[in-house]
Amino acid sequence: MSAVLQTRNLVKTFGGITATDDITFSLEKGARHALIGPNGAGKTTFVNLLTGVLQPTAGAVILNGEDITTLSREARVKRGMARTFQINQLFATMTPLQMIALVTSERLGYGLRAFNVLDHDPRVIEQTADILARFRLEDIMNETIASLPYGKQRQVEIASTFAAQPSVLLLDEPAAGVPEAERRELLDIVAALPADVSVLLIEHDMDIIFRFATRITVLVNGRVLADGDPVSIARDPAVREAYLGEESHA
Amino acid sequence: MSHLQDRVRASLQASRRWHIAEIVFWLIALGSFWAFPRHLLLMNEIAILALFALSLDLILGFAGIVSLGHAAFLGLGAYAAGLLAKNGMGDPVLGLVFAMVVSGFAGLLSSPLIVKGNDLTRLMVTLGVVLILHEIANSWASLTGGADGLQGITINPVLGLFAFDLFGKTAYLYSLSVLFVLFLVARRMMNSPFGLSLRAIRDNQLRAAASGVPPSQRLALAYTIAAAYAGAAGALLAQTSQFVSLDVLDFHRSADVMLVLIIGGPGYLYGGMIGAVVFKFLQDTIAAFTPQYWMFWIGLFLVLFVLRGRSLIHGGVKLFMTRLPWLSGRGRS
Repeated sequence: MSAVLQTRNLVKTFGGITATDDITFSLEKGARHALIGPNGAGKTTFVNLLTGVLQPTAGAVILNGEDITTLSREARVKRGMARTFQINQLFATMTPLQMIALVTSERLGYGLRAFNVLDHDPRVIEQTADILARFRLEDIMNETIASLPYGKQRQVEIASTFAAQPSVLLLDEPAAGVPEAERRELLDIVAALPADVSVLLIEHDMDIIFRFATRITVLVNGRVLADGDPVSIARDPAVREAYLGEESHA
Repeated sequence: MSHLQDRVRASLQASRRWHIAEIVFWLIALGSFWAFPRHLLLMNEIAILALFALSLDLILGFAGIVSLGHAAFLGLGAYAAGLLAKNGMGDPVLGLVFAMVVSGFAGLLSSPLIVKGNDLTRLMVTLGVVLILHEIANSWASLTGGADGLQGITINPVLGLFAFDLFGKTAYLYSLSVLFVLFLVARRMMNSPFGLSLRAIRDNQLRAAASGVPPSQRLALAYTIAAAYAGAAGALLAQTSQFVSLDVLDFHRSADVMLVLIIGGPGYLYGGMIGAVVFKFLQDTIAAFTPQYWMFWIGLFLVLFVLRGRSLIHGGVKLFMTRLPWLSGRGRS
């Protein structure tokens, strides 16, 4: 396996605080990789550095062999890295259909076409329909997003991210805030993501982590404390000490 | 699967299909020419204000950019068209295009000031720009006529056929035609991938960037287009009155156009036009009734409207549409 996303000696300081402390990290192709750590461990900062929301103080981010450290957020999306947010970030006044059609048309490079209409392009239609079916959104595709229940909105969030056809998908706590009744459907959708998409899962929930992850990286105080397969991470005494405490899932 | 594709296509088509109420709206606008022959000058003013408000709607309603200085582009367009005509090129369509190019270019140049930053900085920056332009127009009297205004403008007949007259016949039909054509262009744009990306930025800039939409580029483009539209409104103002005064760059122009758009409701293209009708009608009626104090009454109306009436009026329109489903075209599908 080869790495699709890497960081080299990534550092981010805010004033005197080092939020990301020399992280060298690698996401393998097709991986289901979980990034875990206690609150304040620097997970969010790390994701913001990966996606271009923040610029690192030092170090590099490499996507599919290309140094993307200084690229804008939207340029990284075009190169194949997409993300969901911990709290839904959606186009509230649009329908799921419109939102997915928009992401699709941007991916196809139609964003500057001011005089075309979306329904004339068979590729937009085909790919939008494909995403709606894959994420089971056909029944609600014409509802306004703001009117949907939170769990459905979460599905739209993941579906619209997927519409960018990412090679790397960052899922920031995909099940956060989703009521128990809608949780199963959502997790099934996450489990059904195609194998060639590499997934980095930022998560607190141990059940989700041990259900999906094939590899786990533990962050503590902005540093990588441990990195390995779920079994060895669960047995690692330093991890148990720093993060899992007495609560063991092994 | 292909069935779902058909449904997706149908939904996308439905959002841009002409509503019967839209056709009625434009027929009324045209019919007013014969129905109210004594009010053509007022109707011409309404059409121009409607175009100006449509221009603000493109940035405020669709892209979410607030501006307190939109008169900058109205004024530039008015002076551009006026100066062109004063210098012997009095063809109205040429002047219109020239004004749109000048204002659009000014919009493009000033767009870096508004694409970054928040609502407060945008309000201050747009206000600042129009204050600067007002002072330039005031001081550069050799070009603009300063406080006396730009005089001696002669406008040729529209398309060489229809001369402007004292009653506003040509003026109204000319302004209404320009409004209609630019409305059609705007309607097409707002239903395009570009228009959808503007709505995306307005709804959620964080998600827009995470969806591959470059916010700065799209906002700069929208601002440029809106500036060109405001320039067209300015050109109509200069051409149909054959005069340009410093008033086109006055603060009240920017404030009025925002009130007009808020009255009609932003984000669906018709708000500016409906607002312009209501605003001008109020202004005219109250001014006839109490010439000295009309500002008091319009101020009171606006305060009450923004506090309570907006939801009443817009709710009333919605209720009207749901009560009469055949009118909204929903009965067909």
